[in-house]
Amino acid sequence: MLSCKDVTKLLSESMDASLPIGKRIGVRLHLLICRFCARYERQLLLIRETVRRLAATEGIPGKTLSAEARERIRKSLATP
Amino acid sequence: MAKPANTDPAEWVDRYGDYLFRYAMLRLRDRSTAEDLVQETFLAALKDFGSFSGKSSESTWLVGILKHKIIDHFRREAREAPLGENDLREHPDPSSFDGSGHWTSGPTDWGGNPADLYREKKFLDQLTKCLSGLSPNHANAFTLREIEGADTGEICKVLNVTETNLWVILHRARMLLRRCLETHWFQKRTGEGS
Repeated sequence: MLSCKDVTKLLSESMDASLPIGKRIGVRLHLLICRFCARYERQLLLIRETVRRLAATEGIPGKTLSAEARERIRKSLATP
Repeated sequence: MAKPANTDPAEWVDRYGDYLFRYAMLRLRDRSTAEDLVQETFLAALKDFGSFSGKSSESTWLVGILKHKIIDHFRREAREAPLGENDLREHPDPSSFDGSGHWTSGPTDWGGNPADLYREKKFLDQLTKCLSGLSPNHANAFTLREIEGADTGEICKVLNVTETNLWVILHRARMLLRRCLETHWFQKRTGEGS
């Protein structure tokens, strides 16, 4: 019988590789009866989804090179 | 060979500087490292200018160079600060579970699942802060896996760890990141009643 602690570890693993069938079934059964682990999985997937969408955009909005760095880079390009 | 008209390096900083910087910041989380790597990217591009075929867009070409620089940086960090025993302990958050492995308090309800979080600047700032709170190897593993979408074999090579260790690292990174976002974002938000 898998504990919640085991399941959190297997949930993470299942995001990187497919689990052996026995473990996969064990996890799914556990999720049916454990709302905390089910919630944990949903939250990990929300984080994954958010980060992936972010990666598909231009990154964190509003961040710009500092004036100092801009100047330094400009100079280094002019005199390589 | 005729170059497209827009490849004057003098214009690069204005044209692509902020774009590359944002790309680097998302992955490196540190302003001065990100600025350094953007600079290195431009210098490498300048040196390599002759090999730019114009087949891809200039920005794609520059991002490609930057991406390599970022991975080299991760590789260097892993070499300089190899994983300690602490990093590989299986249960990053032991207080979450009791002796028999059941949740002590369990993840809290985050409210609806806001699909647009990736556009919310304040949330992203918090995400960056939470990632920065992890050890560099954990944050870098998470970045390679979730932001870059690299497969585990590739990440193992960059960080010089076994696959089993990488699973532990990613488990730990996800668990700590989830906890941090819960404490510093979701609980505050539901507390405000929004």
